[in-house]
Amino acid sequence: MPLIVKDWLADHVELPADLTAEQLAADLVKVGLEEEAIHGAAVTGPLVVGRVLEMNPEPQKNGKTINWCQVDVGPEHNIDGSRGIVCGAHNFAPGDLVVVSLPGTVLPGPFAIAARKTYGHVSDGMICSTAELGLGDDGAHGIIVLPRDMGFAAEDLTPGQDAIALLGLGDEVLEINVTPDRGYAFSYRGVAREYAHSTGAKFTDRGLATGAEPSATPDGFEVRVQDEAPINGVVGCDRFVTRIVRGIDPSAPTPAWMKHRLEGSGMRSISLAVDITNYVMLDLGQPLHAYDLAQVSAPIVVRRAAVGERLTTLDDADRALDTEDLLITDSPDGAGSRVLGLAGVMGGASSEVSDTTTDVLVEAAHFDQITVARTARRHKLPSEAAKRFERGVDPKLPPVAAQRVVDLLVELGGGTADPAVSDLDSTAEATPQQPIALKVTEPTRLAGVPYTPEQVRSTLEEIGATVEAVAEGVLTVTPPSWRPDLTEPADLVEEVVRIQGYDQVPSVLPSATGGRGLTAEQRTRRSVARALAEAGFVETLSYPFVGTPEYDALGLPADDPRRVSLRLVNPMADDKPLMRSNLLVTLLDTVRRNVSRGLTDLAVYEVGLVTVPATDAPAAPTLPGGVRPTDEQLAALAAAVPDQPRRVAGVLTGKRELAGWWGAGRAAGWEDALAAARLVADRAGADVVVSADTDRMPWHPGRCARLELTDGTVVGYAGELHPKVVEALGLPARAAAFEVDLSVLVAAASTEPVAATPVSAFPAAKEDFAFVVDGGVPAEAVRSAIVAGAGELLEDVALFDVFTGEQVGEGKKSLAYSLRLRAKDRTLSADEVRSVRDAVVESAAAEVGAVLRG
Amino acid sequence: MSTPDEKAPIDPLDEAALDAAVKTALDDIAKAGDLDALKAVRTQHTGDRSALALANRGIGALPGPDKAKAGKLVGPRRGRINQAIAARQTELEAERDARVLAEESVDVTLPVQRTTTGARHPIELVQERIADFFVGLGWEIADGPEVEAEWFNFDALNFGPDHPARQMQDTFYVAGEDGADSNLVLRTHTSPVQARSLLERGVPLYIACPGKTFRTDALDQTHTPVFHQVEGLAVDKGLTMANLVGTLDAFARAMFGPEAKTRLRPAFFPFTEPSAEMDLWFPQKKGGAGWIEWGGCGMVNPNVLRAAGVDPDEYTGFAFGMGIERTLMLRHSIADMHDIVEGDVRFSTQFGTEI
Repeated sequence: MPLIVKDWLADHVELPADLTAEQLAADLVKVGLEEEAIHGAAVTGPLVVGRVLEMNPEPQKNGKTINWCQVDVGPEHNIDGSRGIVCGAHNFAPGDLVVVSLPGTVLPGPFAIAARKTYGHVSDGMICSTAELGLGDDGAHGIIVLPRDMGFAAEDLTPGQDAIALLGLGDEVLEINVTPDRGYAFSYRGVAREYAHSTGAKFTDRGLATGAEPSATPDGFEVRVQDEAPINGVVGCDRFVTRIVRGIDPSAPTPAWMKHRLEGSGMRSISLAVDITNYVMLDLGQPLHAYDLAQVSAPIVVRRAAVGERLTTLDDADRALDTEDLLITDSPDGAGSRVLGLAGVMGGASSEVSDTTTDVLVEAAHFDQITVARTARRHKLPSEAAKRFERGVDPKLPPVAAQRVVDLLVELGGGTADPAVSDLDSTAEATPQQPIALKVTEPTRLAGVPYTPEQVRSTLEEIGATVEAVAEGVLTVTPPSWRPDLTEPADLVEEVVRIQGYDQVPSVLPSATGGRGLTAEQRTRRSVARALAEAGFVETLSYPFVGTPEYDALGLPADDPRRVSLRLVNPMADDKPLMRSNLLVTLLDTVRRNVSRGLTDLAVYEVGLVTVPATDAPAAPTLPGGVRPTDEQLAALAAAVPDQPRRVAGVLTGKRELAGWWGAGRAAGWEDALAAARLVADRAGADVVVSADTDRMPWHPGRCARLELTDGTVVGYAGELHPKVVEALGLPARAAAFEVDLSVLVAAASTEPVAATPVSAFPAAKEDFAFVVDGGVPAEAVRSAIVAGAGELLEDVALFDVFTGEQVGEGKKSLAYSLRLRAKDRTLSADEVRSVRDAVVESAAAEVGAVLRG
Repeated sequence: MSTPDEKAPIDPLDEAALDAAVKTALDDIAKAGDLDALKAVRTQHTGDRSALALANRGIGALPGPDKAKAGKLVGPRRGRINQAIAARQTELEAERDARVLAEESVDVTLPVQRTTTGARHPIELVQERIADFFVGLGWEIADGPEVEAEWFNFDALNFGPDHPARQMQDTFYVAGEDGADSNLVLRTHTSPVQARSLLERGVPLYIACPGKTFRTDALDQTHTPVFHQVEGLAVDKGLTMANLVGTLDAFARAMFGPEAKTRLRPAFFPFTEPSAEMDLWFPQKKGGAGWIEWGGCGMVNPNVLRAAGVDPDEYTGFAFGMGIERTLMLRHSIADMHDIVEGDVRFSTQFGTEI
């Protein structure tokens, strides 16, 4: 994002002399240009101009020759008339004016300079190169000779003079963030305007045409726009200005002031012609290109790429072009036969200005935002030009910017402006600035600030818009050419509120229409989460990303539906490209992490969504914004979004009841997982039935409970994990887990209020039974038989003992139940109790073959 | 202990002997050191063969006038002994009870937690707390899918297909069948719930939506690819930016205390116009109280209202969104995102079940 060099900004807007980077940031943020960073001063300390007095070459044993120099660094710094400095470079001579960092200087790096002993001398500082000063690597690593390399006049320089100020290395530099709607702020022109909006400082718009820009001439370099595939009906190029400057001195250096400004703005100095185009781009916001005129064959044709075309761009990458890419081509072998560059994104290597170029063809064009955005994205080339074009560039800038380039090439490169000019301009038809009808009360309606009509009007004029009052209370506002983002009244409202100040908006809490509180689902979610926490479980969250190995570790069969998972195109990790189809798969990873950190007595849970993709799901329709989709389109959107039920899963390892002074504690087991699953169902208010499931990974085939609604809908599973899974995941033995579907439970829960049963105060009768049944009979079946037999007098039934052993016979088990009987309207008689007892015994015998134990 | 059995029975009229027997009994009672000893003393001095019982029995053999006299001598003395025994019994029982309770005392500083202590995850707790605040304002809480249609995540929110902002968000894209586009994404913000709620519930509408969101940021101290936001949306007749500011101020106070306030800065979001970044005045800021970024907000862009079939000339609305992780980190001085996302039980346990 743009770096703001203060003295450059001052070309456009008056700045206080003592303006700090902090203050500039504060002023700009008020109007929406956010501070990205403030970069510290590049160099601090005694960096001075020095004159080389003596230079004595001293060959060294390592083959190198160093120069032992005496340098005049001014009376303030000289010791006995000079300082002695060792220098390894040779591209300077006695008498040259150089930059010297004296001990105490800190150079970029940071690199602190101190006097040091080297090659038999005490070197009292350093003679600097561009790289050492952070002015870019010139490739030669040579010493800067100020008049020769930086364009300073020798007579303006004095030994001892402060070189930090001279080279502009002492300023803190503000870097700002430009939001996508404000391409114009990618220039000093735009930032200066915003600064003026914020502070009221005097702003001069140097991007407006002065009238000095020449019109197109018949002999202008021929340009054709032949866009046969415009995107969204917008022709890729609606303006193309060319200018020619001849006879430039290819060796003319970029002047120091320009280098300083470019480097300060984060751009390397390359060559005078390229530097000038970059300079004008940063200054005004118009991306520009300089071609070696000798290498370009007329006409230039702007067209889309053909199938199979390729281009080697300036970054030396050979790129396969897409038919949507807009190209600048020239015509050595017929019109448009050779590709010169990607329009608005990056030029090609072949036509680049070089160190022999004397005649330059300047391009200043206006390209379609979307065309440039797509090409930049496709080729991953977020170039400075592309950044500007995709955000929108002022279509009136090209002739102004081209003129600036020409002027600078003439002034600094010694060239001559050629009178031939071409200017292909269809902006009036292609991107006309539509006037916006704005009710003068609209800013007040949206902002809640009582702006006067005068404030509204003057603010819009201040941002460069043309405002006409056409009817009572309605303004016709034509936005300035550099604000293609202003298309709706709401956009103009933002400008009014922004320029008047967001701090003018008062604070008024609105009164809502009154809501119904949390939904049943939301309340249940809280209830369940709270109940598990109160039961000793710790809530955790995990990323929903998994891969096939995670499913393998759960032992899921190859055809298990849980392996069908939504796949991400660009996952965080290539080995986890899938969205989890169940919660346990990621919760178990959390468990592993805890166990690996020595936390082995665990009870954890997670509540979250899983993704259950439908097979052959249709892709979601692509629909435009700003228009309500039809009901059919909304149904198609709904059909494409996969089912994402909310699940609750928990895992227990180690001790459920801890070891302590009271004893050894109790290991967590299948029953704890099942109890937790039942707790969830209970809190959700759904009735569930439990049965054994002998084939459900990742659970132990003999210790897995399936939970179902009374209609048979499966709610989830609970029990001990399969030993192989425990082993594969490295969990403590006998780890137990559950996972239930909260969405199913909530849907099954009654939404009717509970109808209360009166509480009977009559005495209860207690009856105990011990039934012997076959070992394979589930306790739940025995309980059901008892409940059926006991009838309506049964208030409670509890299994209080399970016993196997010789006394009950091989393959048998004894289940002891305690029943509490009570009538709602009387004390039970002995006869009544006896008849319930008989009915229970009879029912248990009939249903599950139970025999009452003697 | 005396052995009266071996002596001759006391003459019921022999006052001195009776007194001596009483004194012996009272001495023995006083000397009884525990309840068992007292039981023996009781048998000895009040049993059938005790001195006074025998003396009492002797009354029957006395001549008439002496009977009454002897009765008056013996009866009260037996009563004194019984009273003394009862009193001593009470005394000894109290002593025994005190001793037993003392013996039963335990070390109450022993650890007593026999099961692990549960806890909620603070990210969930903050979301519930935020939901409670908005429910208190009379708003409702909306939910939406995490795997979302691009239309809801982008187009409905005025992000055109080529909008640069669509690239600003580092989006997880979902693969379609056989390499085709699914046009699904993991939602990059909770904002799609805006369009969903407007379409499903209509206007006027006051909703908040806390939930999980996704962007392709690598996990580091301050970023996580899976994070949480809360979205707020109010659409009604006559709502203004002042109402947005009022809501944000009240929200800030609810989350950060009475000194909290907010400040808006111009910004850009496709789905709001005007748009603002929201700063929070944070008294606990490291290095001194100051403004810190809390979220984005603005007046709902007319195109978003249109996409949901709402007439922007009739209705206006405001929307805002902020990061839950950031809110939690600020509120609870959490320095490292890893703690929030790793699922280490020691992290959640610090927060219990309320924050």
